[in-house]
Amino acid sequence: MEDEILLMKGNEAIAHAAIRCGCDGYFGYPITPQSEVLETLAAEKPWETTGMVVVQAESEVAAINMVYGGGCVGKRVMTSSSSPGVALMQEGITYMAGAEIPGLIINVQRGGPGLGTIQPSQGDYFQSTRGGGNGDYNVIVLAPASVQEMADFVDLSFELAFRYRNPVIMLSDGVIGQMMEKVTLPPIKPRRTDEEVREQCPWASTGKRGRGKNIMTSLELDPAIMEQHNLHLQAKYKEIREREVRFEEYQAEDADFLVVAFGSAARIAQKAIELCRQKGLHVGMLRPITLWPFPTKEIVRLASRVRGILSVEINAGQMVEDIILAVQGRVPVRQYGRMGGMVFTPEEIVGEIEKFNV
Amino acid sequence: MINQDIIQPENLVYRKPRLLNDTPMHYCPGCSHSVVHKLIAEVIEEMGLEERAVGISPVGCAVFAYNYIDIDWIEAAHGRAPAIACAAKRLWPENLVFTYQGDGDLACIGTAETIHSLNRGDNIVIIFVNNAIYGMTGGQMAPTTLMGMKTSTCPYGRQADLHGFPLKITEIAASLEGTCYVTRQAVHNVAYIRRAKAALRKAFEKSMLGKGSSLVEIVSTCSSGWKKTPEEANQWMEDHMFPFYKLGDLKEK
Repeated sequence: MEDEILLMKGNEAIAHAAIRCGCDGYFGYPITPQSEVLETLAAEKPWETTGMVVVQAESEVAAINMVYGGGCVGKRVMTSSSSPGVALMQEGITYMAGAEIPGLIINVQRGGPGLGTIQPSQGDYFQSTRGGGNGDYNVIVLAPASVQEMADFVDLSFELAFRYRNPVIMLSDGVIGQMMEKVTLPPIKPRRTDEEVREQCPWASTGKRGRGKNIMTSLELDPAIMEQHNLHLQAKYKEIREREVRFEEYQAEDADFLVVAFGSAARIAQKAIELCRQKGLHVGMLRPITLWPFPTKEIVRLASRVRGILSVEINAGQMVEDIILAVQGRVPVRQYGRMGGMVFTPEEIVGEIEKFNV
Repeated sequence: MINQDIIQPENLVYRKPRLLNDTPMHYCPGCSHSVVHKLIAEVIEEMGLEERAVGISPVGCAVFAYNYIDIDWIEAAHGRAPAIACAAKRLWPENLVFTYQGDGDLACIGTAETIHSLNRGDNIVIIFVNNAIYGMTGGQMAPTTLMGMKTSTCPYGRQADLHGFPLKITEIAASLEGTCYVTRQAVHNVAYIRRAKAALRKAFEKSMLGKGSSLVEIVSTCSSGWKKTPEEANQWMEDHMFPFYKLGDLKEK
């Protein structure tokens, strides 16, 4: 059963993975193109099997505060939404960052700004990696590029969230959420028992039960203490930057031209690179898997060997800023993207590479 | 007779609840919050729930409630306490989970969270301290500010065409299927304090029995915001607040 290969949508894979990897609670609000997550959970009735709580919240604002509450009591909890809904959640995310509350937020991105469109986009890169809420904070951002990674990154997200007591965003998009691919679901991992939660999360507000009281808060009115708290957070972010960078390379070792792309854009770019190779062009790709922390060092390493870097994103040019910051003018960097729910073809990318790479 | 001879259990007439610690409270003289805090501490202690109690504190004057009562706490964003409580209770059903909120927090910015949590029957208790004003930010108009009442954002008195009408959210709560107990109380003298304590205990008991959610409103004073002495504020509350916010149980099942 565990090695069985199934065919399903990315959104469905998230729901099945959550049930299998010991998720304690899901809190969400319907929005296209991610509603299958909540629908699949409702159909699967995990409260009857694993005991997982599933609540359809009254809004994304409530949903993220349920995630905050669930994290505050030490449980592995998550929500999913799409771009306008995730915009509403930013308040809760900064509270989670400030109070150091673990939790998983999945964004199946659609085009914006505003109500935008229900078609795919990667327009929330800035919102995710720069912190969409107030204050100095960072959220770990994972970018799945396949239905398999949608399933695999659920457990990884919880591991990272609890290791660092920090919210994790899985930044997906309408392509990965809606497309069907083969997937092997992750192995079954039981939910932690209440005793395990109390032992592993001695900081959580689970009821005192013999210890001193715990207070989960992001508030401190004494600026000297608040500065110390901020310094503590920054030290944690530094540690995450040093330890948790993840990326994948495709034909990058002999490349003299580099494409950088994440998520569904990387899937299209991969095809474009195959087409380039057929034409004798030595093009390779770096696919950031963590968008924050960003694979800066690896880009610097590759930048020393290539003549140019093209950032391929389904937006107006967001990740390209991180690439420019990384290479510091060593090589020319350009961006190619589409917006409004439009997605490029591999041929379009090949054309951009040829224009750039003359 | 020396002091040690007098300090005997049989001579005890009153003691502060153990869960209420010695941190000096930041509340103004005459404020109702300290009395409500004491009642919560007493009831949790008497019910033997201190190891299982989780409070959700609001944004507002009671933001530091967690400093005074020695149980586990979660500090909420403005208005979001019921959503947090929903998750905290559903994920630890054997815990006592309550929110402590003011009128701006609960009946204005958090109206959606309040109504939907109550209507879902999350088995939480919402303690709603209604003093008809935003105290912490300096006395602005609240959703529960009475008609004609002056605040810093309705300095000529609340009027319908500019500000709309005071919101009786407790009456709304009583109309929801998910609530099992909805009541309005006060704490300005001993008789009312005793009744309020009994109401809190009933709400906590029903929550632990899984009968649904409860809302306990405490009609309160804000002598600083109302610009009155504590005594004047109590009198003003009796004369003006009680006729509009009528005390007593609105619903029990």
